[in-house]
Amino acid sequence: MKHLRAWTMRLAGLFTSSRREREMNAEFDAHLAMQIADNRRAGMSQEEAMREALLKLGGLEPAKELYRYQGTAPWIEHALRDWLFGLRQLRKNPGFAFTAIAMLALGIAASISISAFVDAALIKPLPYRKPDRLLGVFESIPDFREASTLSYLDYLDWKRLNTVFSSLEAYEGARFMLQTREGAQTARGARVSAGFFRTLGVAPILGRDFQPGEDLPGAGHTIMLSYPAWQRRYGGNRDVLGKKIIERGEPKVIVGVLPRDFHFAPVGAAEFWSTLQASGSCESSRSCHDLYGIGRLKEGVSIKDALANVKAIARQLEKQYPGSNRDQGANVMPLSEYIVGSIRPVLLVLLTGAGLLLAIAGVNIASLLLVRSESRKREMAVRNALGAGRLRLISQFAAEGFTVVLFGGVLGLVVAYGAIQLLTKLISADWLAHMPFFQNLGLNPRVLGLAAVISVLALILFTAAPAIRLTPEIQGGLAEGARGSAGNVWRRVGSRLVVFELAIATVLLVGAGLLGKSMYHLLQVDPGLQPDHLLTLELGAPAKRYAKDAQILALERELLERVKALPGVKSAAVSSDLPLEGWGDTTWFRILGRPWHGEHNDTPERDVSAGYFRTLGATLVRGRYFEEDEDISKPRVAIVNEALAKHYFPQEDPIGKQISGLSTPPVPVEIVGIVKDIKEGPLDTENRPVLYFPFNQNLSPYFNLVVRTSPAEHSLLPDLLAAIREQDPNIATTGQISMADKISASESVSLRRSSAWLVGGFAALALVLAIVGLYGVVAYSVNRRTREIGIRMALGAERGTVYGLILREAGWLAAFGLAAGLFCSIGAAGLLRSMLFRVRAWDGMTLAAVAFVLGAAAILASFFPARRAASVDPVEALRTE
Amino acid sequence: MGEKTDVWQGTLALMILKTLETLGPLHGYGIARRIEQTSGNLLSLNYGTLYPALLKLEQEGAIRSEWGMSENNRRAKFYQLTRAGRKQIARETRDWQQATAILARFLAPSGENA
Repeated sequence: MKHLRAWTMRLAGLFTSSRREREMNAEFDAHLAMQIADNRRAGMSQEEAMREALLKLGGLEPAKELYRYQGTAPWIEHALRDWLFGLRQLRKNPGFAFTAIAMLALGIAASISISAFVDAALIKPLPYRKPDRLLGVFESIPDFREASTLSYLDYLDWKRLNTVFSSLEAYEGARFMLQTREGAQTARGARVSAGFFRTLGVAPILGRDFQPGEDLPGAGHTIMLSYPAWQRRYGGNRDVLGKKIIERGEPKVIVGVLPRDFHFAPVGAAEFWSTLQASGSCESSRSCHDLYGIGRLKEGVSIKDALANVKAIARQLEKQYPGSNRDQGANVMPLSEYIVGSIRPVLLVLLTGAGLLLAIAGVNIASLLLVRSESRKREMAVRNALGAGRLRLISQFAAEGFTVVLFGGVLGLVVAYGAIQLLTKLISADWLAHMPFFQNLGLNPRVLGLAAVISVLALILFTAAPAIRLTPEIQGGLAEGARGSAGNVWRRVGSRLVVFELAIATVLLVGAGLLGKSMYHLLQVDPGLQPDHLLTLELGAPAKRYAKDAQILALERELLERVKALPGVKSAAVSSDLPLEGWGDTTWFRILGRPWHGEHNDTPERDVSAGYFRTLGATLVRGRYFEEDEDISKPRVAIVNEALAKHYFPQEDPIGKQISGLSTPPVPVEIVGIVKDIKEGPLDTENRPVLYFPFNQNLSPYFNLVVRTSPAEHSLLPDLLAAIREQDPNIATTGQISMADKISASESVSLRRSSAWLVGGFAALALVLAIVGLYGVVAYSVNRRTREIGIRMALGAERGTVYGLILREAGWLAAFGLAAGLFCSIGAAGLLRSMLFRVRAWDGMTLAAVAFVLGAAAILASFFPARRAASVDPVEALRTE
Repeated sequence: MGEKTDVWQGTLALMILKTLETLGPLHGYGIARRIEQTSGNLLSLNYGTLYPALLKLEQEGAIRSEWGMSENNRRAKFYQLTRAGRKQIARETRDWQQATAILARFLAPSGENA
């Protein structure tokens, strides 16, 4: 306690030194005066009295020095003085200071901004209670999707039969069709079973959760709002509870509001949450799969146990319902894996890239400091001779390093903050909705903690780098013209550092090259359609008003007529699904006239209008497209893609063959055409067999509109929307996007593009830093060898020989760095593998290009020092030394 | 003057506190003289070490200081005990007595207890 008090006083003493100094002087004056007076009384002469008094005090100045020492915290003063001295030193050398600070800021900005993303996705737990006990629960289909949907009846059986989950719930993303005062509107929503939020461990901040049984048919329709929807649509008013929305013609009552930090990535930015109310036709069929499951593991149950349990249930159901459940397996995975699994490799690659850039920046600054300490050898020797101990000199390096770290760190954090905001803005809104954990990113304590750790490590590095030069021979630095082995030491250490930097730069360049090439290949993928001047739009007509097929048919025909009549529209068509959205929405079929043993042949189904393929710009391989009048009154027809033709009709012509659904008796559908594969799923996926049916034979009030335009797509949008409103103001529209934008914003493209750009940026910076490092070593070496070169030239060496001498030195460094880097790239490519597309990790072209770029840069970097070496005047060189 | 002993490590603070306890508020010079006198002029006190010791005691809160007038009308800084200082005297006196008692046992003629 008293020590604490004493230290506080001493620290406070740092700021009151002038007053303390005055008081001290007065006190010592009084002391001396009193003793001199006493001594005089004892019979001494004035002079003797004064001498005796000072003697007793042990000398006035030493006494004052002792007093001052006690008055404050001396090493803090030293540190402060060192730091101010360091600041002055840096100011005297602004080039060095600027370079070092900028490099460190760059490294910190890169690694911290990427860390913020990594933290948000991979480290920060999901906003649920004990999220590591939550599993995604899915059905699985052979060689298709491992996270496939459950049918409602299967879900009920799984829920009843499982022994591993304390609760098992179901959800699906849903489009909400709202009737508002402004007309029809669509909004993102989700339908969940009643215990969904209780299973997640999320409680509403306002109102109540869904009650058990509220998800059964006949229960009242209730809604929970997401926090953003509550804020945006209801101004955050607390009286929102009990208000009704009209959705698909049904009034639904708002009963609760979800917490602000709640998000559930699988359904995107859902605004409205309603209960399942399993009353639709889909829910009553075991073969209609539309639900995803989440389960909370019971205490002590492992994921393996859970998987075994659900698989056993699936097998049991398969036996029980062979018609609908054949080959319907089961799968579980940690919910976090399901949510962030696809982004993890991207983030790890970026984090590695940023970390390597930081390493290169750190090494570069360390070698700069090393060079500096070399040129300050004399200064250090003088200070050492004047009494500054080794520790004192090191503390001075630390003070200088601290200045660099302080400015570099603060600047780096500022830039990182900006970079985070910029990067989140660059992510497309749609993509961000599916990665809600990236919203409101910032510098949280964990990320700042990482920045602190980096800073401390940097400080240690920047102190140690010049300090290793503080060998006992520093005294030798005073000797005139001392060169000794010091220069060679630096050349050795410096060369190794440069090899290290070049190796890192190589790894980054290879990574960027591979990602860039993947990106190029991805954009070369033929989507089977012409994406330019193609506008797409999702429509939802109120199901009550369009309950009969004839009504929908009339709507479709009238609407298409209206749209085609718009100026600038070349053609228009409708379809049940849009290309590039996914290989989902599947149907089961069999080929008539062939033996069938109940297999499902799960295949994506698309219901399209007659002009669909022409509007997309697809290519007809053989046969014909659908006719406008092919509706329910005409024979059933289908068009297949090439993949289907190849897979199911390898030796035959599918045209004229008949297929059917799995109903009994079969309803024959004749294949009338083969179309070239259209990418229905992401660009980076393989083509699958796809079935196309006439929209007019499979009508639905929810469909998509595709419009081929002659002017730019978006210029047409207002007219298009007006035409739809004119047709029926109750039709909700959403998702208007041009096909080109759709491709470029798709996850497979935008993830690769952003990572290719970022890693490319890191690689470019790393290349610059490494080349600057190489230049530094070579230039320094030329400096040290001026005399040697002078002698060589005096003895008759040609300028060409001198060039060769220097370039050879640089060449060896570059070759070592490149070799080490290429070797490391093999390891690093493993990390990249999941992001590569039609590129091998060991891609000869990329490696050769990297070798060429690095080699050319290295030659350029060593050319200037070499020229200086070659222009050495031997007479001058020998004289100055 | 004969051989003088230096002030033992750690004892100066107690000497200062005890002096202030006996004499009341006193300036540095007075404290120094009093310590020498009390020791029967056997201690050699470097006055220069006295002032940092006073400053330390003041930082620790055992004493406080204020400017006042000396007996021959000179402005001087007077030190006086605080409550914490009194407690510290009691504590340190006890410690020292214990320490000297222990040491005394070692120095006592041996064999008596055998």
